[in-house]
Amino acid sequence: MAEYIIRNGHVFDPVQGIKGDKKDICIKDGKIVDKVGSSAKVIDAKDKTVMAGAVEIHAHIAGPKVNLGRIYRPEDKLFSCTPTKGMERMGSGASIPTTFKTGYEYAKMGYTTAMEAAMPPLFSRHVHEEIRDTPIIDEGAFPVFGNNWFVLEYLKNHEIENTAAYMAWLLNVTKGYAVKVVNPGGTEAWGWGLNCLTVNDPVPYFDITPAEIVKGLMEANEYLGLPHSVHIHPNNLGNPGCYETTLDTLKLTEGIKAKNKFGREQVLHLTHTQFHSYGGTTWADFESKAKEVTDYVNKNKSITIDTGNVTLDETTTMTADGPFEHHLTGLNHLKWANVDVELETAAGVVPYIYSPNISVCAIQWAIGLEIPLMMKDPMRCYITTDHPNAGPFTRYPRVIKWLMSKKARDVQVDSFKHKDKVLSQTSIGSLDRELSLYELAQMTRAGPAKSLGLGSMVGGLKPGMDADIAVYNFNPEKPVANPDDIEKAFSRTAATFKSGVQVVSNGEIVSNGNKRTLWVSIKAKENAQVARDIAEKFVKYYSMTQANYEALGHHFVPNPFAIEVDATN
Amino acid sequence: METVTITMKNAPALFLEADTISPDAFAGKSAAQIAELPVFEGNNPSTLGKYFEIRGGAGATAADTKIVVSGDVAKVKYIGFKMTGGEVVVEKSTDQYVGAWMKGGRITVKGDVAAFAGTAMKGGEMVIEGNAGNYLGAAYRGDWRGMSGGKILVKGNAGSDTGMYMLGGEITVNGNIDVHVMTHAEGGTVIVRGNAKSKVGGQMVDGNIYIFGTIDVMMPGFKPNGEVELEVGGTKAKFAHFIGDVGERHKKKKGQVVYGNLYKKI
Repeated sequence: MAEYIIRNGHVFDPVQGIKGDKKDICIKDGKIVDKVGSSAKVIDAKDKTVMAGAVEIHAHIAGPKVNLGRIYRPEDKLFSCTPTKGMERMGSGASIPTTFKTGYEYAKMGYTTAMEAAMPPLFSRHVHEEIRDTPIIDEGAFPVFGNNWFVLEYLKNHEIENTAAYMAWLLNVTKGYAVKVVNPGGTEAWGWGLNCLTVNDPVPYFDITPAEIVKGLMEANEYLGLPHSVHIHPNNLGNPGCYETTLDTLKLTEGIKAKNKFGREQVLHLTHTQFHSYGGTTWADFESKAKEVTDYVNKNKSITIDTGNVTLDETTTMTADGPFEHHLTGLNHLKWANVDVELETAAGVVPYIYSPNISVCAIQWAIGLEIPLMMKDPMRCYITTDHPNAGPFTRYPRVIKWLMSKKARDVQVDSFKHKDKVLSQTSIGSLDRELSLYELAQMTRAGPAKSLGLGSMVGGLKPGMDADIAVYNFNPEKPVANPDDIEKAFSRTAATFKSGVQVVSNGEIVSNGNKRTLWVSIKAKENAQVARDIAEKFVKYYSMTQANYEALGHHFVPNPFAIEVDATN
Repeated sequence: METVTITMKNAPALFLEADTISPDAFAGKSAAQIAELPVFEGNNPSTLGKYFEIRGGAGATAADTKIVVSGDVAKVKYIGFKMTGGEVVVEKSTDQYVGAWMKGGRITVKGDVAAFAGTAMKGGEMVIEGNAGNYLGAAYRGDWRGMSGGKILVKGNAGSDTGMYMLGGEITVNGNIDVHVMTHAEGGTVIVRGNAKSKVGGQMVDGNIYIFGTIDVMMPGFKPNGEVELEVGGTKAKFAHFIGDVGERHKKKKGQVVYGNLYKKI
């Protein structure tokens, strides 16, 4: 493999504590090294910003519900097609880009790792086929567990070992990366036309509460010692007053200790926190509770969060929170698609327009920015748009602009139709904090990598780590004349390296790299009861046989990268 | 106003996607520059000059530019796409998406147009002297935002799904209309001087339909609401009034439920 030296850039690396010093970064055999030979290719990074490749911790970028969105929204592709160009295949889609466009767009913004946030286990083969067709970036997928019949039955009796054995089996056969929970119990309750809006609402038939599900899953997760923690989308998403449910969910972490060999410290990752930080009782007195939620998270080191920033775009919402999507189509009257996934989960899809002229949307925008600005430890708060739910991931540069520039936020607030309401219902106007590039590197690189248990591999520039590197046309020594320059600089890298291969040069794709599928391979204790339960469920309830369930072999996962977990002790 | 005349000299083998035939794309350009404007023949990128002989020159702005399209353009799509001003005259029949997403100006087609004319049209005026195809003034596939402003006049007949998801503006059809009129509409007006078939106003939330001739099969979701004297498009007549679609959601205005209106001349 070619050797490279990235010369004289301003390096920001939280892993080594480097805050903008001029340094050379050397690449050899796909890794960052101390030095390279004199024949190494030189990349001139003078007056540029150098960071590790960014890590996406939560996005919906592969799988059946993403594809359903693509199929039922031809209008999303209408004016967003990109023709074949050089290395690039054609692509289309604004909020739900095609797989190829997804890989290219991430790489062009300097992202090299991304996690698909909700994999229905039954459709893991579909998820992996799309991951396979997404070029360049390393990807993993989180199978959903929060409404799974096995989990509900085991945890009803607090059977942690059985839950863990099932968890290990499911992660192994679906080539999954982490334990995702979406509206625990609520999506299953919806099968009875009900929902779970608090952590104590019982799930019909199973007679278990969301609190018992979440606590049990966290215990099983730590029992196995998985790289990532339980990754939760709590109950009561998106409703006025939902922050109380969020706090109740976060309190479930009390007394649970992280146990793993991957450097992860948290036991729960709260995703798209913006959607879970609402006060008020109706849309009329809707207000931000970002302070209440971040106050709790700031004090509690066993929690990490991501933001879920509203970007004020027309987008497509999609979630395994089936009842929420039904609720949403009732609000905006736009087309609704819904799927029930047998014993496991469900999903819904509804287009949504976050209009700057609607006060609720503008308040949501403000809450999404308040959260990272109120978080004291940037290593525990990560930037996402819950793509495509709060906005497309291609808007990250704009979110970065808002976070790095108070002026840019003020310009946006001033343009809102209901400016006064935004200022009275949130504290966005009084937050003066502007994120530094170092904090940005924490929130988009080192932080999410650590939370995912990948902290020794990606998210930093320490010799020995993967050579995932982004070079931006941004001179940190020059004052920013216009905040839009920030957005421009982070939209297209001068160079992106993925595992030591240069994949982007001056904003253009120059290689499809060496894409890998990250998954967690677990060696677990034999559990005859769970094995029998699985076999029985396939015979009695599943519409397919157990033999056809596994996402295996070269077709589905052509380039796997397994993270080994030994849970036999 | 300056006039550019483009005449088909070298007919395309495949359909030609010529969204650059619009006063906005032509404005400020010479004949030679206009000849260089990009088009697609099937999936092959090409230029307008390969197919058309271009005479004259454009005005400085779209509003100062008139385009006359002559010759056989039955295989040309997207004439007047997104235009904001000026004028386009098509001397013969043309293909799909005439005046799609147009915002202003005027289009006259002296022959027929195929489907999707005036898709999501926002403003301006379109006159079709022949017949219109399906989905006139409708929404793009999958979209819920159809024609929202402007006027369309069809002197002949119109096809099916006219005004689907219509939000505003006015479509007048002097001849007959095929099935599905103003399906899912939330505003706007369709006037049919001839006869209609069926599915008139299905799932209509708001808007007005006037039928001067017969309706083969009425929608069950429309209920009679008396008779009214109206002047419609310069014609005074007595109409039977129906409101609907009662199976669809409706907004309330000042405590009153707002229905879609279907008026059938008695």
